[in-house]
Amino acid sequence: MALRCGRACQQYLLHLAQDNIDFRLPVCHNSSPFWLLNGVSEEDVRGLMERTVCAKSAFELWGQGRTHNELQSSLRKYPLEKMAPFTQRESTYKINVYTFNKTLVFQERIKKIDTLEFLPFQGKVSLKNPDHIFFLLEDYGSDPNNIPDEPLHVYFGRWIADGQRELIRSHSVKKRHFIGNTSMEAGLSFIMANHARVKAHDLVCDPFVGSGSLLVACSHFGAYVCGTDIDYNIVHGIGKASRKNQKWRGPDENIRANLRQYGTEHLYIDVLVSDSSKAIWREGPLFDAVVTDPPYGIRESTRRTGSQKEIGKPPEDLSGESHVPVSMVYQLSDIFTDLLRFAAHYLVMGGRLVYWLPVYRPEYRDEIVPQHPCLRLVSNCEQTLSSHTSRRLITMEKVKEVEDSDELALLLDSRFRPYRGHNAFREKYFSGVSKRRGKAEQSSSSDGGTDPQSE
Amino acid sequence: MKLLTHNMLTSHVKGVTKGYPLLIKATEVKVSEVEFNPQFVSRMIPKLEWSALVQAAEEVGHLNDLPTELLPDYENNEEFLRKVHRVLLEVEVLEGSLRCPESGREFPISRGIPNMLLNEDEA
Repeated sequence: MALRCGRACQQYLLHLAQDNIDFRLPVCHNSSPFWLLNGVSEEDVRGLMERTVCAKSAFELWGQGRTHNELQSSLRKYPLEKMAPFTQRESTYKINVYTFNKTLVFQERIKKIDTLEFLPFQGKVSLKNPDHIFFLLEDYGSDPNNIPDEPLHVYFGRWIADGQRELIRSHSVKKRHFIGNTSMEAGLSFIMANHARVKAHDLVCDPFVGSGSLLVACSHFGAYVCGTDIDYNIVHGIGKASRKNQKWRGPDENIRANLRQYGTEHLYIDVLVSDSSKAIWREGPLFDAVVTDPPYGIRESTRRTGSQKEIGKPPEDLSGESHVPVSMVYQLSDIFTDLLRFAAHYLVMGGRLVYWLPVYRPEYRDEIVPQHPCLRLVSNCEQTLSSHTSRRLITMEKVKEVEDSDELALLLDSRFRPYRGHNAFREKYFSGVSKRRGKAEQSSSSDGGTDPQSE
Repeated sequence: MKLLTHNMLTSHVKGVTKGYPLLIKATEVKVSEVEFNPQFVSRMIPKLEWSALVQAAEEVGHLNDLPTELLPDYENNEEFLRKVHRVLLEVEVLEGSLRCPESGREFPISRGIPNMLLNEDEA
C-alpha cells in the first residue's frame, strides 16, 4: 500500500492479533502486531474493523519513533489543527498504555503517560467514560525470553475502533448447539467469510456444509445461506453426537438451530442431502459466494455415489430412508475439480470461492493448486498443521462465464490437471502419523501431533 | 424446502434433458413469518425462472395473487416485492417429494430437507 500521499494524508495503526498470523494480508508477514496503514480514510478503517477478526484495534496515528524522544519530536510535528477536534476544553479524554511482550506495573505506566504532558489537551481526564481515548503503544519485540529494557518502537494514536474478535468468543464452537466432528473454529470461519467478501443480501452456498459453521459466519454478515452435504445424518442433525460426553444428538441440534442461536435464522434458506459432484442446480449464476471446507479424507471420509462398487457399510439412519447406497473412493483431486467446476458454473461474475486445500508439505509447489479457466486465484494462505501437512486457504474469483471449450481445456491442458500428486493425502498423512507414533513408542514419550481439523 | 430453493433445483437423473422444473408433491406445507428484505428479493428476481415459481406456488396451494408475469420496474414496487418475498421465503414444504418431470423419479422431502441422492444406476 505505498500510495503517494499529500499533506492531508493520515496514517493509521492497526494492532493485530497474534493468532492466525498466516491469514494476515501478505504485506505483513512479520511477527510484529503493529501495522501502519496509509492511503485510507477513517471510514475505510471503521469498515475494516467491522469485519475483521484479525485485528484487535485501530488508531489514528499521531506520532511514532524508536525511542520516546523520537516519539516526542514526531508528536510535536503532528499538525495542531488535526489534534484540535479531540483536545477541546469541553471534551474528556483518557490515555492508556499498551505494551507488547512486556508487563509494566501501574507506576511505570503512569510515568510514561506523564511524559506526554506536553500534548495540548485542554479538557479533563475521565477514566470512566471519556469522549476520546488515546493509546501509547510500545513494542518490546517478539522474543519473550529476551525482553529489552526499552521498547523497540513506540506509537501514540487516537483509538478509532476495535475489531470483531469478540465474535470468536461469542461464536465459539464450544457453545454451539450443533457441532460435527470437523466444525470450523469460529475465528477461521469469519476469516473465510471475509475472504469471500460476503455481505448483506448475498446468497452463499456451502456444498460440503456439515454442521453449518461456515453458514453461521456468513449469515453474521447478513448473507442468506444454503448448503448441501452427502451425509444424511448431519444434515438432519441426527445420529451420534460429536460432543465428548453426549451419546445422541438432541432435537435442537441441526444447522437451522445454529443460526437460530445467533439470531440469523431468517437468513436460513435450505440445506439438502446431495452429492456435490452432481449438478442438482439449474445452470447459471446463482450464488454470490461459495464458502466451504471439503473433506480431507481423514476424519470425515470422502464419499460419492457412483458406479464403482466398494465395500462400505451405509451410514446409520434412524428413519430408514435411502441415502448413499454405494460409496466410491472419491479421489481427493476430484473433489477440487468438481468444486472449481461448481464455482465456475454457479457463481455470479465476480463472485468468490473460498475453500481449504489440504497439502502434503514436502511435495507442495504452487502449481498444484487447482485451476480453472473461469476462476482467478486471489490468495493462497498456508496454515501449518504438522511438519508434513498443512492446509491452504484458497480464494478464487470468477472472471469469465463457462463455455464449452472450457471443459475440453480442463481435460487437455496440463495446467488444469488437478492436484494429482496429493491424491494419496490420506495415506501420506497417516503414514506420517504412524511413523511418529512408532518413534514415540520407541522412546516412550507422548506425541504432540496436531489434529488437522481441531476446534 | 423453500420455493426459492426449488426454483434453482433440477433433475440430474442420467439421460434426462428436460428435468426442470421438478414437480412438487407436498403433503405438509408450513407458512411462517420471515423478515422482509426488499434488497434481497430484488437481487434474487433476475436469477429466478418466473414461470417455474408461479407453477410451484400453485402446486403448494399458495399462489394467491402472485402475478403470472414479472412486473417491470419491480425494484420500486414494495407491494410486489412483498408478494414475491412471501412465496420465496415464507412458504416451506416440510413433507412431500420432488418429481422429475421426464423420468418420474421422486426425491423425498422430509423435515423440510430434500434428499437429492441417486442410486448408482441412476447417476
